[in-house]
Amino acid sequence: MKKQTVDSKPAGPKPWYDPRVRSLFFQVVAIAAVFWAGWTLVENTLSNMESRGISTGFGFLEETAGFGIIMSLVPYDATMSYGRTFWVGLTNTLLVSVMGIIAATLLGFLIGVARLSSNWLVAKVSLFYIEVIRNIPLLLQIFFWYFAVLGALPSPRQSIEVGGTMFLNNRGLYVPEPLTQDGFGLVWGALLVAIAAVVCIRIWAKKRQLATGQIFPTFKVGVAILVLLPVLAYFVAGSPLEWEVPALKGFNFGGGITIIPELAALWLALSLYTASFIAEIVRSGILSVSKGQTEASKALGLSNGLTLRLVVIPQAMRVIIPPLTSQYLNLAKNSSLATAIGYPDLVAVFMGTTLNQTGQAVEVVAITMAVYLTISLSISLFMNIYNRAVAIKER
Amino acid sequence: MGNPMTEQTQTSEVQSSAQGETGKNPGIIRVEGMHKWYGDFHVLKDLNLTIKQGERIVICGPSGSGKSTFIRCINRLEEHQQGKIIVDNVELTDDIRHIDNVRREVGMVFQHFNLFPHLTVLENCCLSPIWVRKIPRKEAEASAMEYLERVKIPDQAHKFPGQLSGGQQQRVAIARALCMKPKIMLFDEPTSALDPEMIKEVLDVMIELAGSGMTMLCVTHEMGFAKTVADRVIFMDGGEIVEEAPPHDFFSNPQEPRTQQFLKQILAH
Amino acid sequence: MTESTMKPPKKALTPVKWMREHLFSTWYNALLTVVVGYLVVTSVGPILNWALFDADFLGADASDCSGAGACWLFIDQRLNFFIYGFYPDELQWRVDLMFLLLAVAFVPQFIERFPARKWFGIFGMTGLPVIGYFLIPGGLFGLEAVESTKWGGLMLTLILAYIGILASLPIGILLALGRRSEMPIIRGLSVVFIEVWRAVPLITVLFMASVMLPLFLPEGMNFEKLMRALIGITLWQSAYMAEVIRGGLQAIPRGQYEAADALGLGYWRKMGLVVLPQALKLVIPGIVNTFIALFKDTTLVLIIGLFDVLGTVQSTVTDPAWQNVAVEGYVFVAFCFWIFCFGISRYSQNLERKLDTGHKT
Ligand SMILES: Nc1ncnc2c1ncn2[C@@H]1O[C@H](COP(=O)(O)OP(=O)(O)OP(=O)(O)O)[C@@H](O)[C@H]1O
Ligand SMILES: [Mg+2]
Repeated sequence: MKKQTVDSKPAGPKPWYDPRVRSLFFQVVAIAAVFWAGWTLVENTLSNMESRGISTGFGFLEETAGFGIIMSLVPYDATMSYGRTFWVGLTNTLLVSVMGIIAATLLGFLIGVARLSSNWLVAKVSLFYIEVIRNIPLLLQIFFWYFAVLGALPSPRQSIEVGGTMFLNNRGLYVPEPLTQDGFGLVWGALLVAIAAVVCIRIWAKKRQLATGQIFPTFKVGVAILVLLPVLAYFVAGSPLEWEVPALKGFNFGGGITIIPELAALWLALSLYTASFIAEIVRSGILSVSKGQTEASKALGLSNGLTLRLVVIPQAMRVIIPPLTSQYLNLAKNSSLATAIGYPDLVAVFMGTTLNQTGQAVEVVAITMAVYLTISLSISLFMNIYNRAVAIKER
Repeated sequence: MGNPMTEQTQTSEVQSSAQGETGKNPGIIRVEGMHKWYGDFHVLKDLNLTIKQGERIVICGPSGSGKSTFIRCINRLEEHQQGKIIVDNVELTDDIRHIDNVRREVGMVFQHFNLFPHLTVLENCCLSPIWVRKIPRKEAEASAMEYLERVKIPDQAHKFPGQLSGGQQQRVAIARALCMKPKIMLFDEPTSALDPEMIKEVLDVMIELAGSGMTMLCVTHEMGFAKTVADRVIFMDGGEIVEEAPPHDFFSNPQEPRTQQFLKQILAH
Repeated sequence: MTESTMKPPKKALTPVKWMREHLFSTWYNALLTVVVGYLVVTSVGPILNWALFDADFLGADASDCSGAGACWLFIDQRLNFFIYGFYPDELQWRVDLMFLLLAVAFVPQFIERFPARKWFGIFGMTGLPVIGYFLIPGGLFGLEAVESTKWGGLMLTLILAYIGILASLPIGILLALGRRSEMPIIRGLSVVFIEVWRAVPLITVLFMASVMLPLFLPEGMNFEKLMRALIGITLWQSAYMAEVIRGGLQAIPRGQYEAADALGLGYWRKMGLVVLPQALKLVIPGIVNTFIALFKDTTLVLIIGLFDVLGTVQSTVTDPAWQNVAVEGYVFVAFCFWIFCFGISRYSQNLERKLDTGHKT
């Protein structure tokens, strides 16, 4: 027996029938193909760019941009560099994404729960919302809000007023800007104290429940402290806050905070659209908790509220969170539709104007794609960590 | 509030040893002329039953005869539409407070365990004592450990349900129900999802529990269990109570032809 | 047993009882009902008035719209443009014929007991694109050529979505197989390809296709704008398709792979004859869902200057001859998309339910 195997070894399969050789061959071919394709692309691109007189490299980031941007969170004017336009675009993208994620989450959870409500009307209205909104293209919804709704608002002179301090017109929403005066530090201090107090109360309440079993209404008391203490400090310090109310100057408003219609339309559309998907995720997450679980919980004497809080929600969240994060990612990507209505996000500013002016398509596109890749990879990294944490608990 | 375990054991032992002495206690569970429908389907038909404290009842019958539905009506996981169910002197109506009160006193063990997968075994057991009975966690955990010892799996306390075998899970489910110190335990085919060797470990726990004097209402096809521990066996078919007798009479001398046929089938294999 | 004829105690379904149970069961439910009901009633009335009772349907031009309600006349007048773009009037029968064939191929898929509906579907996936390839652009068999710049409207939307899905299917299959391959380099390349495309927004892909593709290609070789958009959409979509198909491949039990190995089938036969047929059937709902997503996303091509149905509407609502017809235009487009997407998603939900039960038994 032994001899045979030793003998048969050198007479193994012909190399091209050996699976290992085959696999190696295929992989080498694949690598070669990718390199060849990459090489031709680079060569073509370089020669094309040379013939069009476009320079290469990242030097353009230092050059003066020379164009204005209607909204920026970081200080910006036309004399600043192209590199600066990148940051303006990126912060604008992040702003609308974060605003959208918050609103879509709140609305989505609300509608998802309402969809399961025992109230017939509420359930049907949420169903209607979900089925209508998610089957209409997002770009159309953005157009609708921007051109049909916000665009139809009156001009600044005929602004819609709210209490003489807020103004809504086709140039945007103008709200008073709070300007902190001396002594406002006391309010911040009070807020810090309140937060510390709430943390302490939480710890104490947990301890007391451990020891005596009594349940303390941490949430209600906490909210009360968080609200009352800073308010008290505010009045003690003599109301150290002034509001800069926007006022009509010439053809437009000045002062206060302006929410430009581009941002408002994009934010509304993104939130409403994504909320319809989140609602479905929440609904199926809650339904994924089997009936046996709620029955067992009820049989143990837990009330409906406690059943929801201790049994259903913790289990539903495991099902909800992975698709929820991918909706967040979608929202961030969809915020690039800003281009269509001129909200200065990363794609509009950097991949749009900057690219057009410099012509350096390869560099600009590479940077933009790298940004989105980073966002998406960090979210999937978070997802993997989360999944692993949950998985260990399960089995 | 539930009386401590030892006390309860003593009182029920007294009662089960002197079964005649029930004049003042009309029965911990009373079912009077109860009907239930699913839509137009008449599942339970005119059920009448009185169960005294400490009594051990086994319910059997063919599949679909309404056993589960009946037992689930007793802690109002299902609603009945006609007649009365009175548990521990509380009538089951729409009143939420009544339902909560009754559910505190009635433990239930399900066919498919229904343990909470996101909580450890110990947390499963303590959940309800902490949040419903408002017992300090330390005490709740200590008492849970006692029950886990009683069902012979104290070493599994910090595992998650998914890591246990079926028999172990079912014993955790029993311990979890007992942690509420209920006056009544309901079992809905607790062994029918288990392998034969696991059935025995669960039945042993149930027999031990029966010996302690717990009022038990048990749907099962384990005839050996019925013979050893039951005070009465109830046979249901087509949503009706067909026959009701002490186990000896039930098995050796069934009156109704339907019962005879059922017994023939079930004892054949 | 005689009692089994007994009826449940009359929970007589009077409207009052029903309302008490479903609308006013608790005080907060009652409050909710009142608030939501008020909102619904106050919004439905004006919307109906605008869309139907005060609306203008008939007439010849903008002056026939009273302005009190919707001006559907606008849609009616421009419908040809919204459906065919600049496609010449006298040649539109070619597009109509394609619409008809599309309906013939896919409407049977919604009817459960339609005879041989599978073959209609297969025709839709193979014969239909071939016919369309010759019919729509023309230029052969004596058909007058129509440049792709003249295509537009709903027709363009359907072409983009349909070709996008069809072309991304084979690429997606290869990528999915690659991602599950045992060869590390093949697997790595597939993962990178899939994840990069999935990470970036479609609009950057379209920008790339319209701006960078010309740079990538050798001098003198160039595609039309539509073709470039299609390439971008296909590459982007194939990454999503790959993930859907991978889900199907993962759902096939190991035993199937092992059984195929045991029969001595090679890799491609194993995949082609045993695994993929089962996996693809499982992921039909997933494919349909990505189709819906792509269908909605095709509207983005208007940003690179193609006139899809939203593009045609967007370019006309600013027409000074008509006053304030934006809402009408958007409602029209929304309605077109909604009908398609809602119908198709219902279809995929039904399919999902059927597949679900099919697997349990
Ligand atoms: N939610 C429901 N809706 C409608 N019919 C139901 C429902 N639950 C149970 N039934 C029907 O009621 C009858 C009694 O069901 P039940 O589960 O009580 O039977 P069972 O005696 O426990 O049977 P098994 O031994 O199989 O558990 C069956 O015919 C069943 O089909
Ligand atoms: Mg049953």
